[in-house]
Amino acid sequence: MFGKKRVAVIGAGMTLFRRNLKETGKELAWEASKMALDQAGLEVKDIESVVMGTAPDAFDGVHMKGEYLADGAGAFRKPYSRVYVGGGTGVFTIDAGWWHIASGQFDTCLVVGEEKMSSCYPHPAYAFTTIFDPIYSRPLGVTLIWIFALEMHRYMHVHGIKKEDIALVSVKNKRNALDHPCAQLGANITVEDVLNSEIMCWPVQRLDISPTSDGAAALILASEDVAKKLTDNPVWIDGVGWCIDSTFWTNRDLYYPKYVQCAAQMAYKMAGIKNPPKEIDVAEVYDPFDYKELHHMEGLMLCRKGQAPILTRDGVTQRDGDLPINPSGGLLGVGNPIAAAGVMKCCEIFWQLRGEAGKRQIKSDPRTGLAQAWGDLMQYGSVVVMRS
Amino acid sequence: MSEKIKHFPGEQLRGRDIREGRVPAIKFRPNIKYAWSTGVAMNRFIEGLKQGKIAGSSCNKCGRIMVPPRSFCEECFKATDGYTYVKDTGTINTYSVSYVAGDASRIKEPILVAVIDLDGASKGMGILHLLGEIDDWKQISFGMRVKAVWKPPEERTGTITDIKYFAPIREE
Repeated sequence: MFGKKRVAVIGAGMTLFRRNLKETGKELAWEASKMALDQAGLEVKDIESVVMGTAPDAFDGVHMKGEYLADGAGAFRKPYSRVYVGGGTGVFTIDAGWWHIASGQFDTCLVVGEEKMSSCYPHPAYAFTTIFDPIYSRPLGVTLIWIFALEMHRYMHVHGIKKEDIALVSVKNKRNALDHPCAQLGANITVEDVLNSEIMCWPVQRLDISPTSDGAAALILASEDVAKKLTDNPVWIDGVGWCIDSTFWTNRDLYYPKYVQCAAQMAYKMAGIKNPPKEIDVAEVYDPFDYKELHHMEGLMLCRKGQAPILTRDGVTQRDGDLPINPSGGLLGVGNPIAAAGVMKCCEIFWQLRGEAGKRQIKSDPRTGLAQAWGDLMQYGSVVVMRS
Repeated sequence: MSEKIKHFPGEQLRGRDIREGRVPAIKFRPNIKYAWSTGVAMNRFIEGLKQGKIAGSSCNKCGRIMVPPRSFCEECFKATDGYTYVKDTGTINTYSVSYVAGDASRIKEPILVAVIDLDGASKGMGILHLLGEIDDWKQISFGMRVKAVWKPPEERTGTITDIKYFAPIREE
């Protein structure tokens, strides 16, 4: 254990993930926070600190989003901070919540992820154009989908991966999401459906991508003393890790996310994990695009470089496989309200390790789970390892 | 979602109803502009582009020749040791074919996008740019040799688009 106190997750909650939810961001944060509190058997007065994760302000058009959302996260007159590391925000939010308690400073922390992407129109993708270097990149008209297509293509080229193998991820995750009551895009689709879907930016096609979503998700963290008083089955945060690479993304080989590996190594070291594929029973890896699940499995060292498509083809990553990946349905199936999506992944691991995941429950009694997120200019990795 | 939870909050609306005011909604359009100074190192890059040259910077410690140029080496965390020019030829590291514009609207003629590893820079020092003079994008390949096609000098304004695109180097 690193830190002064061992940290547990004792409650989780989330809203529906949908495009154009009626609720404001603040209301969504409140719904998820209240649900997590109820599940933990706590009231907001029991919460000593709050961490909010939420992604670019440009989506909401509110340029102090942390402050704007604070009331919805029960943060009124409490130690509060908002963290933001692009798409990596959701899992980084639980990492930040961890250090609040592990430092010995607090016994409880409410961790909230919120995103409302659909207020921004004609399309939230346009808000993303402002993440690029204004001098070097923006005059070219660069848009987010270009750079992911460039990364996907490089990954495919280096390992000789076929699109049909990547499409299997989308098929699996959308099918898994049929069992998730909050999911936006659960569906039974085929590899052919993916391959025949509209070409957006080759090699990225329509069904390779997660949707625009609104939603919120929340977790209650507690110190060991408090957790043991409140529940018989806490889920322990045994490893946290985060890492950033340079913003000069065209100056590195995109085929492998080294920064995800660094974040994973930090978390594994802390959790005492020496052989990730053997010791991790279930993983929620970041899948805003289908290839990202494979790319991240490799970065997380859940398999060797270039092997993730083979494991996927062999069914290893299905819910009943040896290494279930994204049993929730992931971002491709449940939806992608950015920061909320990362927290949703932590919620899923919490429920899986508690045996509460209902129709999505992995039958092999998972004891160790991992959640990971990724973001910024293909440069940020955040990881959490949990054990029951 | 836990099987213990039976109610899932959230009510979906239609985006069009919100934007066209059929449900209570407030709209706002910011009107702000930005003008960025290009900074110490990128000034060299911008000036180079006007002359039809691609500037980089070098670090004597790690030995890298970096594009775009920077005033400090992020690997060694020290000031760089000077500016140099790299070639305007290179190799396609990766590419994509975009049928989507910045606002996610669809376009008929695809934009050809690539990361190009430039000759004369350290290995893997790619830049993002466009590809041109290609009839069918299926002709593009990894490792393809390309060369910058510049705007005429009088049309250059000191932006990355002073290079119109990179075009395949045809074998003589």
